[in-house]
Amino acid sequence: MDRRVAIKWMLAAGAGTLLVHPLSFAEATPPGSASEGYGKDADLLKAHKPGEFWPLTFTDAVRRDVAALCDQVLPADDRSPSASALGVHDFIDEWVSAPYPAQVKDRAVILPGLAWVDTQSRARFGRAFSEARPEQQISLCEEMAPEAPAGSQLEVASRFFKRFRNLAAAGFFSTPVGMTDLGYIGNVPLPRFEGPPADLIEKLGLTDEVKW
Amino acid sequence: MAFITPSTTADAYDVVVVGSGAAGGQAAYTLTMDGARVLMLEAGRNYDPSTETPMFQTPDMAPLRGTATPDKPYGFFDATVGGGWTVPGEPYTNASEDPARQFMWYRSRMLGGRTNHWARHALRNGPYDFKPRSRDGLGFDWPISYQDVAPYYDKVEMLIGVYGTKEGLENTPDSPDGVLLPPPKARIGELLARQRARRIGIPVVPIHRAVLTRPLDHVGIPPKLHPGNAKAQRILAEDMRNRAACFWATQCARGCAIRANYQSTTVHIPPALATGNLDILTDAMVREVPVDEAGKATGVIYIDKRTGSEHRVKARVVVLAASACETVRLMLNSRSKRFPEGLGNSSGLVGKYILDTVGANWGGQIPLLENLPLHNEDGAGGLHVYAPWWLYKEQLAGTLGFARGYHVEFGTGRGMPGGFAPYVPDAGGRTTFGAKLKEDARRYYGSHVGFSGRGEMIPNDDSFCELDPKVVDKWGLPVLRFHWRWSDHETRQAAHMQKTFADWIEAMGGVNLKKPLNDGAKVIDPGGKVIHEVGGTIMGTEPGKSVTDAWSRTWDVPNVYVADGGVFASNADKNPTLTIMALAWRAADRILDEMKKGNL
Repeated sequence: MDRRVAIKWMLAAGAGTLLVHPLSFAEATPPGSASEGYGKDADLLKAHKPGEFWPLTFTDAVRRDVAALCDQVLPADDRSPSASALGVHDFIDEWVSAPYPAQVKDRAVILPGLAWVDTQSRARFGRAFSEARPEQQISLCEEMAPEAPAGSQLEVASRFFKRFRNLAAAGFFSTPVGMTDLGYIGNVPLPRFEGPPADLIEKLGLTDEVKW
Repeated sequence: MAFITPSTTADAYDVVVVGSGAAGGQAAYTLTMDGARVLMLEAGRNYDPSTETPMFQTPDMAPLRGTATPDKPYGFFDATVGGGWTVPGEPYTNASEDPARQFMWYRSRMLGGRTNHWARHALRNGPYDFKPRSRDGLGFDWPISYQDVAPYYDKVEMLIGVYGTKEGLENTPDSPDGVLLPPPKARIGELLARQRARRIGIPVVPIHRAVLTRPLDHVGIPPKLHPGNAKAQRILAEDMRNRAACFWATQCARGCAIRANYQSTTVHIPPALATGNLDILTDAMVREVPVDEAGKATGVIYIDKRTGSEHRVKARVVVLAASACETVRLMLNSRSKRFPEGLGNSSGLVGKYILDTVGANWGGQIPLLENLPLHNEDGAGGLHVYAPWWLYKEQLAGTLGFARGYHVEFGTGRGMPGGFAPYVPDAGGRTTFGAKLKEDARRYYGSHVGFSGRGEMIPNDDSFCELDPKVVDKWGLPVLRFHWRWSDHETRQAAHMQKTFADWIEAMGGVNLKKPLNDGAKVIDPGGKVIHEVGGTIMGTEPGKSVTDAWSRTWDVPNVYVADGGVFASNADKNPTLTIMALAWRAADRILDEMKKGNL
C-alpha cells in the first residue's frame, strides 16, 4: 500500500479515538525525564527493546496491573496467547514514557486511568487489580467500556479504557504472533505474485480480465 | 574516482551537480556515461540501501511499533534517515501564522534524497499538461511540448524499470512497445474497486510504478540508451544484471536492498560511479555559486558539515538539483555585484510560483471484503492500480467548478499490520474487549479501502518562497520563508475528491465511517504535505517572464542549469518524479552537446 494511503487510513481507522480533552488531565504527571527521542538516524536493522531510548515509567506493581488489564482486553484463546505473553504491557510502558507529542498526550489519559483502576480495585475488592479475581477484573472493565458522557464520574475511566484497548490491540497484532492470528500472510520472498485465488475472484463475482 | 573528501577533490571538474536525488542522480548518470568528469555534492550523509535497508524487520523490533513520530514522520522503517519535516539546525519559516497559509517542507538530507522513500509512482505528463494555459487560460504554458519530452520518458522508463500497461486513455500517454514491464496482478480489493468504479464512470487501470516485475533486458536496453558508446553499454548491462526483480515482500518506502525498485542510490549512482568519472562528496552543503567578471559561474562554494570549513571547487558547468526550493535558496544566497538579487534572478521570479499537489483522503469499510480466505497480498510493496483523471469532457465544458484534474490512488487489503489498533466497530460506542475483540479484529482486518486524490494546482502569486530577513541556519546561511495559498480551484477540487470517494465506497457496498465534508478548505492537505514540491525557477520562452529557458538553462548565467522540479511551469496531477528525471536527462544531453561544441 502506498505509504501515505496506509498512514492516512490507519490513522482514520485505528486512532479515531485519540481525541482527548486536554483540560481534564491538566494535573497529569509530566512525561518521563527523557527530552529526546531516538533521533533522525537510529539503527533500523537491530531489534530495539522498550527502555532503550527513554526511561520507562511503570513500577513493578503498576506493571502487574497493566499486564492483567492487557489480558482481560486480549485473553488467550485457541488461536493465540494472551497479550501479556507477547509483552504488550512493556510496549504500553514504552509508549506512555516516550517524549513525542502524541505519546505525551496518551500518557495524560493512561496514567490517571490506571490510578482510577487501582483505587477502585482496592476500594471494592480490597486488593490490587492484578490480584483481584478474574470476574472482579472483568466487572471493572465492563464498567469502563460504555461511552461515558462528558462530565460524568466515569469519563476518565471510559476514555482511558478505549485508549488502553487501542494501544493493547495495536501492540498485540503488530507482533509476528499477533499478525498470524489476524490473518496476515506475507513478509516472505516469493518467486511470483499470484494475485488472489481464482475461486475467491469468482465468489465475489469479479473478473481479472485486465491486460496484465 | 569515487566517494571523496574535501582534501581529495580534483582542482576542477567539467560539471558540478548539487544534489543526488532524482535530478542530481539522472544528470550525473547521463553526464558521466558520456565521459564528462562530474562532482556530485550532497548535503546529507552517505547512504547505502544494500546494507542499510530494514527489509524484513517487523514492527515489534522498532520503538513504538514503528509508528510515525516527529523524528520519522513516515514511520521508523521509512528510508528517510536524514530529515523529514524538520532538519535539526536547519529551519525554515512561514510568513503567516494561519496554518492554511503555510507550506510544509520535506527534506531528505541523505545520498539519493527523497528517491529513497518515494512511492515509485512514475506517471508521464500528457500533451495537455505542458500547455495548460492554452486549454483554460490559467497558469503558464511550458516552452516545450509532450513531443519534446517523450523520447526522454522512454529512456528513463527503460533505465529505471517501470511496470504498467498501454490503455489509450486521453492525456495519459502510452509508452512504446517493449518499454514497460508487466504490471502485477490486482489484489482482490482492487478488483472489487475496479468493478464498482465502472458503475460510476471511473476507469481503473494498472498504475505505472518504478519496480522491476522481472529482470531488466540487459542485452536490449543498453544499446538503445547509449548508441555508439560501448563503454556505457557495458557498464549499464553489468549494472542491470545486478538488479534483482521484486520478490513480492516488504514496503518500497523502506528502500530496497535488492535494488528491485528505483532509488537514485540503486539505479543512477552505481553505474555513474563505475564509469570512473564521478566523484561524490557527502555532508557538503553548497552555500553559493560564485560568478566571474563576465557573469559566468566558476563552480561552487560549499561547507564541509563535518568540520564546518568552507571550500571552493571549480567547474565549467553548474547543475542545480538540490530540490526545487533548496535550489531557490542557493540562487538567492548567491548574491554578487553582478547579481545583487541573487544568481539568475534578474526577472525577480526566483522563488515564485512554487507548487505542490492537491491532496485529500477518505476511507471506508467494505463488508464484501470481510473474513476473506487468507492469502498473500504484499505484492509490489505499493499500488498496483489507480484511476487516472476521467472527467475531461466536463472539464472542457467548465461544469466542474474547478479547472484542473486529479487521479486517485487507493489502497486495500491485508498489508502487514503496523502499530495501529485494527478496526473494530465498537457498536453503540462501547469499547469491545475480551474474546470478542479478537474475533472482530480478525473479521474486519483487510476489509477497508483508503483513497487519496492527487490533483493539479495552478500557480498563483501568493505561493512563493524568499530568504527570511532574520533567520539563519546553523551554518549562518539565510533560510527560506514560505508564503502559501490554495485557490478555489484547489479547494473545490479537494471537496470533489472526497465526494467521489464517498460515492465509490457506496458503490462497493461499503460504509462511510464519517460523512464527507463539503468544505474543500477543511478537506485539503496542507501545502507541501504531498511532497510534490516543484516550481520556483520556472522555464519559459522569454527572460523577463521565466528563470530558465526551454533547456533548463538559467537565462542570466549561461553555464548554470536547473535540473530539479524547479523548472516546472505547471504541476499536473501526475506525480512529478518521472518528469524531473526526463528533463534532467534532456538538460544533461544539452550540456554535453554544448560542451562538445565549445560553448560551455
